[in-house]
Amino acid sequence: MSYANLRTLLPKNDILNFAVLALILVVVLPLSMDLFRLNLIGKYLTYSFVALGLVLCWGYGGILSLGQGVFFGLGGYAMAMFLKIEASSPENTAIQSTPGIPDFMDWNQLTELPWFWQPFHSLTFTVIAIIVIPSIFAYIIGVAMFKRRVGGVYFAIITQAVAAILTILIIGQQGYTGGVNGITDLRTLFGWDIRTNEAKYIFYFLCVFMLFLCLGVAQYVRKSKLGRLLVAMREMEDRVRFSGYDVANFKIFVFCLGSAFAAIGGAMFTLQVGFMSPTFVGIVPSIEMVIFCAVGGRLSIFGAVYGALLVNWAKSTFSESFPELWLFAMGALFIGVVMAFPDGLAGLYSKYGEPHVTRLLDRFTSSKSKTSGDSDLPPEMEAEGGNS
Amino acid sequence: MFADYTTSELMSIFAMQGFSGLILFSVFVLMALGLAIIFGQMGVINMAHGEFMILGAYVTYLTSNVFSEYMPALFGGYFFVAMILAFIAAGALGMLVEWAMIRHLYHRPLDTLLATWGLSLILQQLYRTIFGAREVGVTLPDWLMGSVQITDIIEVPINGIFVMTLAVGISVLIAALMYRSRWGIQVRSVVQNRPMAGAVGINTARVDRLTFGLGCGIAGVAGSAFTMIGSTGPTSGQLYIVDTFLVVVFGGAASLLGTIASAFTISQAQSTMEFFLSGSMAKVLTLLFVVFILMLRPQGLFSLKVRR
Amino acid sequence: MGTLDNAPLVDLGGRLPSLMKGLAAAVAGVTLAFSAAVSAAPATSEVNTTDLAVTDDTVTVGILHSVTGTMAISETGSVQAEKLAIEQINAMGGVLGRQIEYVQEDGASDWPTFAEKSRKLLLQDKVASVFGCWTSASRKAVLPVFEQYNGMLYYPTFYEGLEQSPNVIYTGQEATQQILAGIDWVVKEKGAKTFYLLGSDYIWPRTSNKIARKHIEKLGLKVVGEDYYPLGHTQFNSVINKFKLKKPDVIFASVVGGSNVAFYKQLNAAGIDMTKEKPLVLTISVTEDEILGIGGENIVGAYASMKYFQSLTNSNNVEFVKAFKKRWGDDIVIGDVTQAAYLGPWLWKAAVEKAGSFDVDKVRAASPDIELTTAPEGYVKVHPNHHLWSKTRIGNAKLDGQYEIVYETDELIEPNPFPEGYQ
Repeated sequence: MSYANLRTLLPKNDILNFAVLALILVVVLPLSMDLFRLNLIGKYLTYSFVALGLVLCWGYGGILSLGQGVFFGLGGYAMAMFLKIEASSPENTAIQSTPGIPDFMDWNQLTELPWFWQPFHSLTFTVIAIIVIPSIFAYIIGVAMFKRRVGGVYFAIITQAVAAILTILIIGQQGYTGGVNGITDLRTLFGWDIRTNEAKYIFYFLCVFMLFLCLGVAQYVRKSKLGRLLVAMREMEDRVRFSGYDVANFKIFVFCLGSAFAAIGGAMFTLQVGFMSPTFVGIVPSIEMVIFCAVGGRLSIFGAVYGALLVNWAKSTFSESFPELWLFAMGALFIGVVMAFPDGLAGLYSKYGEPHVTRLLDRFTSSKSKTSGDSDLPPEMEAEGGNS
Repeated sequence: MFADYTTSELMSIFAMQGFSGLILFSVFVLMALGLAIIFGQMGVINMAHGEFMILGAYVTYLTSNVFSEYMPALFGGYFFVAMILAFIAAGALGMLVEWAMIRHLYHRPLDTLLATWGLSLILQQLYRTIFGAREVGVTLPDWLMGSVQITDIIEVPINGIFVMTLAVGISVLIAALMYRSRWGIQVRSVVQNRPMAGAVGINTARVDRLTFGLGCGIAGVAGSAFTMIGSTGPTSGQLYIVDTFLVVVFGGAASLLGTIASAFTISQAQSTMEFFLSGSMAKVLTLLFVVFILMLRPQGLFSLKVRR
Repeated sequence: MGTLDNAPLVDLGGRLPSLMKGLAAAVAGVTLAFSAAVSAAPATSEVNTTDLAVTDDTVTVGILHSVTGTMAISETGSVQAEKLAIEQINAMGGVLGRQIEYVQEDGASDWPTFAEKSRKLLLQDKVASVFGCWTSASRKAVLPVFEQYNGMLYYPTFYEGLEQSPNVIYTGQEATQQILAGIDWVVKEKGAKTFYLLGSDYIWPRTSNKIARKHIEKLGLKVVGEDYYPLGHTQFNSVINKFKLKKPDVIFASVVGGSNVAFYKQLNAAGIDMTKEKPLVLTISVTEDEILGIGGENIVGAYASMKYFQSLTNSNNVEFVKAFKKRWGDDIVIGDVTQAAYLGPWLWKAAVEKAGSFDVDKVRAASPDIELTTAPEGYVKVHPNHHLWSKTRIGNAKLDGQYEIVYETDELIEPNPFPEGYQ
């Protein structure tokens, strides 16, 4: 990849954004917070994976999914199934009528591990499944919807119904899924206790690392031709279609990508929180995840992260001190963001903060490039890259 | 499953099961009509629809208390007063919401979804603060309780008949309003071409406000009627929201006839499957069926032919 | 037993940062000198060796229930009962000479929030014990936290059993305590031969119905139908038609939440008169609390199998109901779970006093065979498996929303969370 290409994909402002976020997540928060709070932050970050996917689907592609909880749940359940199998070793479950299977299966008279649990003995399979299964599921929904040009509101409501269906199924098939209690009491990963303090730190940093990986992919999509096509489709779908592009395929791709992000978030959630339950699959959490994205700014991948952190942090603080007022505050936040700040935090920043930052950045880099004297970036390229 | 029964017993059971389906159909129609008007005619997704229904239920609860306190003699008739008050309360709140919130969002349908979700959270907490977290029990007048015995086995619940009558009555009223009245013509013209409707002198802002108010008012009446068959609590409205949206979307958003047809299809499917399968599976299969049909026919059963 | 094999987790309390430990020791040392002079209560350093929030005249406990979200409806009563018990204990001079202070946290009907808040209560607030949780899902979510940080949870709800943690005292009934005696009674007294099992679709009704079915079949009787509806379902006309087709003697119902209200209203409207006792409705999920929402006229005549009803006439209960109404208002009703929640602080007090210490390990060791003669339900005793010995009672719902008690077992029923032959 040439230098010019790189500058298009990663303009100066975004380098700064990445750096600031990395500074906050890797240095500031771990140093300033005790493990309890840091673990909470880790949990909130798992939601930011979903919000990140929504930025691509909704902000860029104009596809609002109200069923992202489904993919979050699929990823989380895949991880939980692997950990549960390990936690249910014959020694740990010796008192059951069938030792060696998860406790909830034993209570439901299952005598052997169901076939779809079998592959989750393998971590490799699990890791692949976390990304692939939700993507396939999203692909099926995507093909069925987008090839038939279902969009907008209809898509939102159908995804909502899918979330409802999956929740009822998980709760109803408790012998196979743990039912309404979910899959709980996860203990070890290859014999390594995941509930210790060291493990919590490691999972936090793993989560941050995965988040940056996803941010990187999102940044690539956003700045590549695909990102521009998505925006064009959102604004005027027919013109893109008449220009010879297959609109549906792009939508399917970005929907699958968003689902894969959500699934990674779900897996990280299971690792850090220690259980997975159908409460994260349903309609209410799915809509809440949309609001994280909206608060952060539906057009900003960094906004998604800040939005998820901010809303959840507010939720924890508010519900600790004023449990009665929390829903009022949350409701007001929804309405306020939609009516007054449709571009969320990122919109505020790009309006009031970014111009100053850009000026400072330009001054800094231009003085530096004068001294080194090798600015090979054509000016129009720079303008294009920095303006999104 | 049926081997042990005589033919006449089976016939009676099927008759009653058919009747259950009709009651479910009426419930769906009542739930969905208000939303169909708001969503179909205005393109607004009102996620607070369930909360407007519960407002109607709480109004009914208050009315019943007032009647039993001050006019016990007239208690038998309180339900009609309650429904009118529920319509007025929910309608007025709806118009207020339209004025304060919705009218700024007409060009962004997905954003109305989020804003009204926020509204639903606020309303839920408001109910909880005012009426407490527990469900309240609404006392029904005696004449609405019990059932009519038709044959040995066939018994028809009176409140079921009441809900059906109400559903038919409101549907007819709405149809008359939409297709026979001057105001209905205005609404439909605004839906079809807003600038042109404005140009010929229709006050589009006023039409919008009244339409939204009407939709919410009907939700209030539905909520009032549902105190007979369901619970009244701060979060009860959430129980209805998915079903309601599916009925409206399945029917084809812009068509009232479609809403009724879809309510009929879904209710019959669900009630038949509930009889032969376990309740949970019936629900899953019904939802899958609706989603599947929607994938084949994304515009819903009935839709306006619009050039896209 | 399922979860007892976690014993090594107990010593995790020792891993606290040494600085904090030193600080706490210093503080304890200073206060020790004071307390010896001021009060006769045992010295803090003696009763608290594990760094809990215990001072010379206070001890802090946690209350962890949902006051927001869908579960707030059910959990409000438990919060009120726990606060009342704490206030009464304080008025009597507290525990080991220390007044109880509580930190209340909101689980917000959200299971990770429960886990998060229990971690806060144990790690930050260092509470000596926690009274809380209501749903099984919330208990399952906090259980690993309590086992990891060695906390003590008093859990009030009747539940499905299949669990026995060293860190939980279950003050409600496990499933067999609620079900078996109830079914025996309808069989013996009402001559019931056929049963229809109906529940909301989740673990408690399914487990309960499984136990009920085994028991019914053991008695040589017949289950003619079994049905589950999703949580929050509001249309029950189809299943009511199935009742009419199958004509069961007993409808055994474990429907919960908003569905409950819809079910009984529709049952009543469909002309099934529960006062006529054919079919007879036996429920394990409707307490006086739920009747408030259902309306007495919709459920009059139904039977409930519980361990406590507000209408119990023993003097403990008369006092309790009076105190409860004085504290929380005259219109309030008290259900089975509310009473079980009220037992929590009292059982904890008794265990602490028996142990002579607030240390969780010592309280746990002292807990088995703790007796409470002042319980509103009468005499209760803690079983070594951390559940309570208690009586099963059958109530008949009245128009005013209260139950008339028609039967109670002669003996206390032994709790058996892993019932042989019922799994």
